[in-house]
Amino acid sequence: MTITEQHAHAYGFTDLPALMGLMTGDEKHGPAATSTLDVLWVLYDRVLRVGPERMDDPGRDRFLLSKGHGPMAYYAVLAAKGFLPVDWLPGFGSYDSPLGHHPDRVLVPGVEIGSGSLGHGLPIAAGTALGLRAQGLHEPRVWTLVGDAELDEGSNHEAIAFAGPAGLDRLHTVVVDNSSASYARPGGITARFEAAGWSALTVDGRDHEALYAAFTAPHPGRPHAVVARVEPKDA
Amino acid sequence: MRDRFAPVVTRLLDEDPRVAVVLAEIGMADFTEALRRHPDRVVNVGIREQLLVGAAAGMALTGLRPVVHTFASFLVERPFEQVKLDLGHQDAGAVLVSAAASFDWPAGGYTHMAPGDVALLDTLDGWTVHVPGHPDEAETLLRHAVAAGDDKVYVRLSLQANAWALPVDGKRFRTVREGRRGVVVAVGPLLDTVLDATEGLDVTVLHATTVRPFDAAGLRRATRSAGTDVVLVEPYLAGTSTASANDALADVPHRVLGLGVGRAELRRYGRIDEHVAAHGLDARSLRARIGAFVGAVPERV
Repeated sequence: MTITEQHAHAYGFTDLPALMGLMTGDEKHGPAATSTLDVLWVLYDRVLRVGPERMDDPGRDRFLLSKGHGPMAYYAVLAAKGFLPVDWLPGFGSYDSPLGHHPDRVLVPGVEIGSGSLGHGLPIAAGTALGLRAQGLHEPRVWTLVGDAELDEGSNHEAIAFAGPAGLDRLHTVVVDNSSASYARPGGITARFEAAGWSALTVDGRDHEALYAAFTAPHPGRPHAVVARVEPKDA
Repeated sequence: MRDRFAPVVTRLLDEDPRVAVVLAEIGMADFTEALRRHPDRVVNVGIREQLLVGAAAGMALTGLRPVVHTFASFLVERPFEQVKLDLGHQDAGAVLVSAAASFDWPAGGYTHMAPGDVALLDTLDGWTVHVPGHPDEAETLLRHAVAAGDDKVYVRLSLQANAWALPVDGKRFRTVREGRRGVVVAVGPLLDTVLDATEGLDVTVLHATTVRPFDAAGLRRATRSAGTDVVLVEPYLAGTSTASANDALADVPHRVLGLGVGRAELRRYGRIDEHVAAHGLDARSLRARIGAFVGAVPERV
C-alpha cells in the first residue's frame, strides 16, 4: 500500500463535514447540501468496485452523478477515497480549480460524466450498460444518482421505459428524494420504475444499513431503482 | 444514397468489434440481418431521440464507436442538447448519419425538413461534416467517418444526388472546372446543377463533400487564378458557410455570395424538384444569380 492510499483510507464518514467545510468555509451544512452524502458514502465505501487505481479498468463499476447540483458531498467523498487530493477542495469554484459547481469528467479524476443540465445521467448510464454488455463485460455494475425533481425531465423517462423491457440488469438508479419536485404524488417515483419493469425499493436515505441492503438486493433480469428518502428540501 | 448506409455499416459491424449501431425505430428494417449477427451491437431504443444520443454517448464512454441514425430533424435538432453535452462536453465521439436532409420528403412537410442541421452543428466545436454527392461517395465517407478514431462526425445523406461519383478523400475540396472570374463551391449533391448553371461562365467550380473542417487552403488556392469572388451553393441553409469562406480570405479583399435553402417556411408539399426551384437552386436560377454576382452575362441555360 502506498502512502497516498493509507492517507486516503484514513478518512471516514465522520470526516466528510470537515472536507465539505474546506469548500464551503463552514462545517455545518443544511439538508440540501448533504442530501446525497449518506448515499454517496455507502456506495463508495461498501458497494462500488472502483478506486483511484482502477479508473482505466474496463471492468470497474461506474457511478454517474446525474444530479450535478451541489456537488460538495460528491467531491468530499471522492477526496476521502483518494480519487482527488484533499488540497484541491479549498479552490472549489475558482477559475484555476478543476472543481466546479457542476462536475466535469475531463477535469476531475474519478468523475465518470460531467453533469449540471438535469436529465442526462440516466440515458448515458443506460448506454454505458449497453456498451459493457456489447463487449462481454457482464460484471461491472452501472449506477446513476438522480434527484426526485430531476425526474421532471422527460429524458429520464425515455431511459426508464427502455431499460426495463431491454433487461438492463446491470443498471442501477438511486433517486435521492428530498421532496423538491413541485408536482408529485406519493409513491409516484417507484410506481413509474415498477411500471417499466424495474425492481424498486424505498428506504431511509440516512440509514446506512438500510441503504446497503437496498443497494445490494438481488434483481435478476431487471434494472434496479432505490428511492432514498431524506428530509424535505424546504423543511 | 441512404440505401448504402445499412449495407456499409453492416459490413463495418462484421469487421470492427468497436462499431455499434443505435437507432430510434427509423431504419430498423434495414438492419434485420445485422441485428441477428450482432444482437448486442445493433440497438433500437424506440422513438426516443434524447436517449438515442445519450445512450450512444454512454456506449462511446465504454470504448465503442457508435453509429447513430435517424432523420436529420430528429438527430440534430430535437436532441440538440444531448449532441452538445453528451457528446461534446463529455468528450465522447460518435458518427451521426442523417437522412431526409433539407426537403427529401416534401410531402411530409416542415416537420421532416432540417435545412438548419449543419448551421446548428457550427455552434459546436470539433465536428467533421461530410455531405456526399453520390452513393459511392457516401460509402467512402461513411467508412472515413467510422474510422476517424473517437471524432465527432456528421454524415448528411440525401435523395438528391449527382449522376456520377468523384473521388473523395474526406478532407479537401476537389477542383472540377477552372476559370478566372470567380470560384463557385458546389456542396455535395448540388454539383451537377452548378455545372449546368455555370456552363460557359469563366469560373472555377470546386466540389465540397467534406465541409467541416472547411477547406480554407483549398479555397485560397482556387482564388489565386480565379479571383476572390466566391459563391457558395449549399443544399442546406443559405449562408451556412459564408463565415468560413470569409475567414479563409480574411487577409485579402473578397466578396462572398451564399446560396442555399431559404429560411422562410414555404408551407408547400409536392416534389423535391419543386422545392429546389422554390429556393432558387435550379440551374436557371443559379445561373442568373451566379452570373450577376461574377459580372458575367448569362448566355444560355
